[in-house]
Amino acid sequence: MSLEVSMVKITIDGKLYEAKPEKNLLETCLSFGIDIPHFCFHPALGSVGACRLCAVKKFRDKDDTKGRIVMSCMEPVTKGLIVSVNDPEAKAFRASVIESLMTNHPHDCPVCDEGGECHLQDMTVMTGHNYRRYDFPKRTYNNQELGPFINHEMNRCIQCYRCVRFYRDYAGGTDLNVFASRNQVYFGRHEDGPLENEFSGNLIEVCPTGVFTDKTLKKHFTRKWDLSNAPSVCVHCSVGCNTIISERYGSLRRIMSRYNGAVNGYFICDRGRFGYEFINDEKRIKTALIRSEKDGIAEPVDNERLFAILDQSLSKNNNIIGIGSPRASLESNFALISLVGRENFYHGISKKEFLLTKTISEFFQNKGVRTPSLKQIEKADAILVLGEDLTNTAPMIALALRQAVRNVPDEEAKKKGIPVWNDAPLRLLAQDARSPVFIATPFIDSLDVIAENAFRAAPQDIANLGYSIAQKLDDRAPDSDSKKKDLQDLAGKIALSLRNAKNPLIISGISCGDEAILHAVLNITMALLSNGSTVMLSMVLPECNSMGLSLLPGKSFEDAVLIAENKEIDTLVVLENDLFRRADEDSVNELFKKSRQIIVLDQLSNRTTQNADILLPVATFSESEGTIVNNEGRAQRYYKAIDNKNQIKESWQWIGEFIKVRDTNHKVLWNRFDDIADSLANDLPLFSKLRKYMPGEDFRMLNAKIPRQTIRYSGRTAMNANFAVSETKVSQDNDSPLAFSMEGQPENPPSSLVPFYWMPGWNSVQAMYNYLDEPGGSMKGGDPGVRLFESSIEGNHIYFKHKAQITVVQKDEWLIVPVYQIFGSDELSSVSPSILQRIHEPFVLMNQKDADIITVKDGDYVQVEILKIKLKVKVKIGKSIVQGLAGLSVYLPGMPFIDIPGRGKFHKL
Amino acid sequence: MLSEEEIKEIQEEIKQYPYPAVACIDALKIVQHHRGWVSDESVKDIAQLLSISNEEVDGVATFYSRIYRKPVGRNVILICDSVSCMIMGYESLYEHISKKLGIRFGGTTSDGRFTLLPNSCLGDCDNAPALMINNDHFNKITAEKIDELLKRYK
Amino acid sequence: MEKPLTKNIRPDSADYNLEDYSRDSGYSNLRKVLKNMSPAEVTNLVKASNLLGRGGAGFPTGVKWSLIPMDGDSSKQKYLICNADEMEPGTFKDRYLLEGNPHQLIEGMIISAYAIQASKAYIFLRWAYKKAEAGLRKAIDEAYKAGYLGKNILGSGFNLDLYVHSSAGRYICGEETALLNSLEGKRAVPRTKPPYPAISGLFGKPTVVNNVETLSWISHIVENGADWFKGLSLTGTGGTKLYGASGRVKKPGIWELPLGTTMRELLEDHAGGMIAGHRFRGALPGGVSTDFLIEEHLDVKMDFSTVAAAGSRLGTGTMIILDDKTCPVAFIHNVERFFALESCGWCTPCREGLPWVEKMLASIEEGSGKMEYIDLLNFNAEYMGPGNTFCAHAPGAAEPLQSGLKYFHDDFIKHITDKKCPWR
Repeated sequence: MSLEVSMVKITIDGKLYEAKPEKNLLETCLSFGIDIPHFCFHPALGSVGACRLCAVKKFRDKDDTKGRIVMSCMEPVTKGLIVSVNDPEAKAFRASVIESLMTNHPHDCPVCDEGGECHLQDMTVMTGHNYRRYDFPKRTYNNQELGPFINHEMNRCIQCYRCVRFYRDYAGGTDLNVFASRNQVYFGRHEDGPLENEFSGNLIEVCPTGVFTDKTLKKHFTRKWDLSNAPSVCVHCSVGCNTIISERYGSLRRIMSRYNGAVNGYFICDRGRFGYEFINDEKRIKTALIRSEKDGIAEPVDNERLFAILDQSLSKNNNIIGIGSPRASLESNFALISLVGRENFYHGISKKEFLLTKTISEFFQNKGVRTPSLKQIEKADAILVLGEDLTNTAPMIALALRQAVRNVPDEEAKKKGIPVWNDAPLRLLAQDARSPVFIATPFIDSLDVIAENAFRAAPQDIANLGYSIAQKLDDRAPDSDSKKKDLQDLAGKIALSLRNAKNPLIISGISCGDEAILHAVLNITMALLSNGSTVMLSMVLPECNSMGLSLLPGKSFEDAVLIAENKEIDTLVVLENDLFRRADEDSVNELFKKSRQIIVLDQLSNRTTQNADILLPVATFSESEGTIVNNEGRAQRYYKAIDNKNQIKESWQWIGEFIKVRDTNHKVLWNRFDDIADSLANDLPLFSKLRKYMPGEDFRMLNAKIPRQTIRYSGRTAMNANFAVSETKVSQDNDSPLAFSMEGQPENPPSSLVPFYWMPGWNSVQAMYNYLDEPGGSMKGGDPGVRLFESSIEGNHIYFKHKAQITVVQKDEWLIVPVYQIFGSDELSSVSPSILQRIHEPFVLMNQKDADIITVKDGDYVQVEILKIKLKVKVKIGKSIVQGLAGLSVYLPGMPFIDIPGRGKFHKL
Repeated sequence: MLSEEEIKEIQEEIKQYPYPAVACIDALKIVQHHRGWVSDESVKDIAQLLSISNEEVDGVATFYSRIYRKPVGRNVILICDSVSCMIMGYESLYEHISKKLGIRFGGTTSDGRFTLLPNSCLGDCDNAPALMINNDHFNKITAEKIDELLKRYK
Repeated sequence: MEKPLTKNIRPDSADYNLEDYSRDSGYSNLRKVLKNMSPAEVTNLVKASNLLGRGGAGFPTGVKWSLIPMDGDSSKQKYLICNADEMEPGTFKDRYLLEGNPHQLIEGMIISAYAIQASKAYIFLRWAYKKAEAGLRKAIDEAYKAGYLGKNILGSGFNLDLYVHSSAGRYICGEETALLNSLEGKRAVPRTKPPYPAISGLFGKPTVVNNVETLSWISHIVENGADWFKGLSLTGTGGTKLYGASGRVKKPGIWELPLGTTMRELLEDHAGGMIAGHRFRGALPGGVSTDFLIEEHLDVKMDFSTVAAAGSRLGTGTMIILDDKTCPVAFIHNVERFFALESCGWCTPCREGLPWVEKMLASIEEGSGKMEYIDLLNFNAEYMGPGNTFCAHAPGAAEPLQSGLKYFHDDFIKHITDKKCPWR
């Protein structure tokens, strides 16, 4: 598909360059390292020519000495193009644009949260404008209350329109817009209220100045230059977006997006950006606690006594069982395996989740299907989503789909001579033409608006649709037994669309909890593969390291409970896992009862930690180093921004200590992260690549470590003066090539080790240009992460048999399916105060007719009864959920584990 | 809540367009025709009828000068303040009206009878100065003519 | 002297209905076209006539039409739009045509729509033209009833629906791409060009936007031919033009005259000269977005190229006369305030430059202006110049500003040094 584009020669300020003709002049210059100031252009949003800042001089030919001003963002790169960026007239014009923007900008940089990382500041300096000639009053606005995430300060606005273009055009939001006109244009909502879109936090980075700033940062504000940063990976879903996490005074101050051309590009979702607040929460476990044998109350314990006790509980004579976690790193899980032995390691997820995830990871390892990066998802031209509410379970995949729908119309536009960066005409010409997207889910989905068909059905019919699609693609695949004509017709249409596509994409997951849907999805994939299609399959998993965990040996949580039924467990070690989210209360309590001693390692107190006999405080992702594998099979490493204080240790370090205690002769001694990384690579060959491709602690740039702090980091000698008069010793990081210091080479570390973006003249996030091969392209030296799955393998395709799981529903019962929520269904982020404000109370989604049967209205409360569980929930009447089906919110704070899909009853309250 | 009549008229407009949102300006004008102005409430009602967000309707409503997002009097006087009318003396006429009604541009008389607004060019430049009261054009305006016109509109 | 466009317009634009129009052989040209001419023949005829757009920019109409892709699937939706948003201060020519002879426009539109094979047409009408709106709606009704509009017009198989869309008031709606956004129910912000409306216009479909006066010509050109049209003007550009004058002249008004009539003839013969006691100081020849011409330019022939050579633009051809009893600073301030208020707010020089200019002019007029404002006004006029902005709004505003600063420099200085307006 990608024809090699022949380069063209262009002249910029008298120098000859080879450039790509499908690009505009601005992005071309930026990729050459030529600074052209700009506001409204953004690599992900394209060009619209509004701000007029990127003006350059264009010359007709060699003899043209006069030239004319053109906007470089709107100028296609063509053969023989002659331009000047440094032309005095062009320079003067660019300074004039800043001067006129400054007539209304309040110049409140000292009190503005953007100060020091402000694109407007950078552009002002870059153009050389420095003297105000305007001597009239400035325009002022009222600000709006936009919810817990975003602070609004409209006076600072320079009307670049990036916010509405990102929010509306890119992210599909509707509740932000531009109002009024002339120099009174206003960007905000119709009235005060939280911005509803799941990606609203990106406004903070998209806005070139301080109109939209991070409200969570404001609570403990720190200038960018005073932050100590680390490259990290988001832990709040399975997509693995890259982030920059920032610290000052030992607390995490904020999270920003970290560019990864293959994963999240420029953006992250609001759960990922604002979920960090749990790290600073009161619920954090900061000291080791031992349950007193007398009164059962947990008491703090010092390390000396702690290890004396551990010496007994971890005695060689004791049998130990380890429960791992999909939210703990590969290394921490591996450490636990090393402690307890493979046969005694359990994954700490339900049997259902265990089996479904295992099926997926094995399929990916053996069948040679492409698992797409988000970048590849954006390139898909026919898409089928089966059974997954992406906006809530993998928000960034939903965002990628919103871009993918432009591929087919953009191809059409190309024929009319409209280049891919010319955003507004592309959207206009496309009207409602989109790449085909088919969505089959049980209830209304916010992606429905981009779908050609949104198929609403119970899980069994979603599976049936899938089987029929597979059968229509390949006769050998089993058909569903559904006789429904609309289902069969739709299956035919989808099959045709997928077969004809150049880059077909199937997206599903396991949140539906339905094995038949999974099998159907894999059948479709195999059917396409056997047709010779280069189909991509993206499977959403529940947690940040679900994929990594499934690649480790071990059994499911229920298997641990089974063991406990037959024998006493001397010591149970639970790693970063609230087991009450994994199984029903009775099973968990049964396991705890059968365990003589329970050791729990975790970050936040929860029902599991409350049952611990020994509770050990462990580092969160912000205080530790580790590797997690995203749903694509990309292993990515996160690094600490905060040095651990007091008794807090990284889980693998605690478990390393356990191993020393348990086996004094043990050969394995993990002093540093690289040691455990070596062990992992040796014991499990799948991970040997990690050691090869991920820089070890000994990596140096110009003989120095990579600084976490900017060269302007202030207060180092005095910031701890309140408890130590002398300058405190800088913490040493023995685990990574990063230093807790400003010393070292700040520019262009390896792509996976970028702690912050900065280059001379560029203090804002836009400094990113210097780290990319081209705007919107890949990180220099390749995008971060190591892919563990090969798509080149020739797999054998044995179809799953058709087996629709039919749940027989009694007369007064409903089939209840789980409804996941971006805000609330994730364990850790739900603790963040900002996220907490956006979490709905537990609810049930039902059809109007079903609501009529139990005579309830929207907003009423009902009691839902599923097996032994009884729960009070609010009724939401769903616009499109099929009759007989009800969606129950899951994993919201305060809700117990509920094993659904399953049958349940409702009682009006 | 939109009246049945308003809904009917808006739906009539929707018919000529490929999708309902196109009728946004028509809808705003219809509501304004019936109520004199467009309230926050009406913005929401229109949004619902056209299946678009409140923000989309309000972004349009606040762009156009002849959509009123604040209440106006029973009669709206639009004085042309463009250059041809300026040459021909609209300024003194404005002072005259303003004094008579006790309001400046943007104001509404306390009895709710008149709202006074400036307007750029009414296309009556050869008969300047010109003004409009509601949908009625008047030109070659003099102070006397104004006195008479003000009496006419209750 | 022929006055094809206005010969049938009655005094005070009294009702001129279908019956009247038919009696004056109305719609016979439509019959002729539908019976004897292919769409391409119509376009070629208009091309040959060199009819230049009468909205102000003077782009050749036939060329505009020929940019519409006519090959391939002819069932694809195309649109014809009549720009009747006349909101340029000092301009009132389209109102005259709309009120006086709506069928002339409608017939022209049907023929034009046939030429580009558009099946839907809109008249985008300025909100304030209530009389014209009523007249147009009535005329369209009549045309539908007579079978000139609707399905299978006069048995030709050609279909056309014509709608009137009354605007909600904004000068920028007159910019053809902003007009398209407005017609789509959106904010009237101009669109990126290219692609031009001929490729991607209303709802992303091929679209032609023409001015009222331009479209009113079409049936006449069909009737009399391209050579006849060319012969009407004094300078060979083609056609007559609706000229007008407002300000302190004896007989302000509108006249149809051969294209290329001099400003002096307009002023002295048709407008009757200045009102007694008033001296001519200058004029904006075609609306507020054109440069001042002064006494030395009175013999300039008012056509597109000659006015341009004199440093201004023909624009709409309706002059606003500045006399010696009117303060030129107040005049320019009024104009710039208009432009500042009417900016859509999309691009920086227009959105930020115009209010700054307006404030400086107000300050000078009030007597608190500073000498450095002269440089700053010139700076802004250049800053808002063509190519620097997204559309022609701010460059239009820069024209009277920069020419005014040049021709009335002493008046500006006097305001500043005397700290008051000499006319107040």
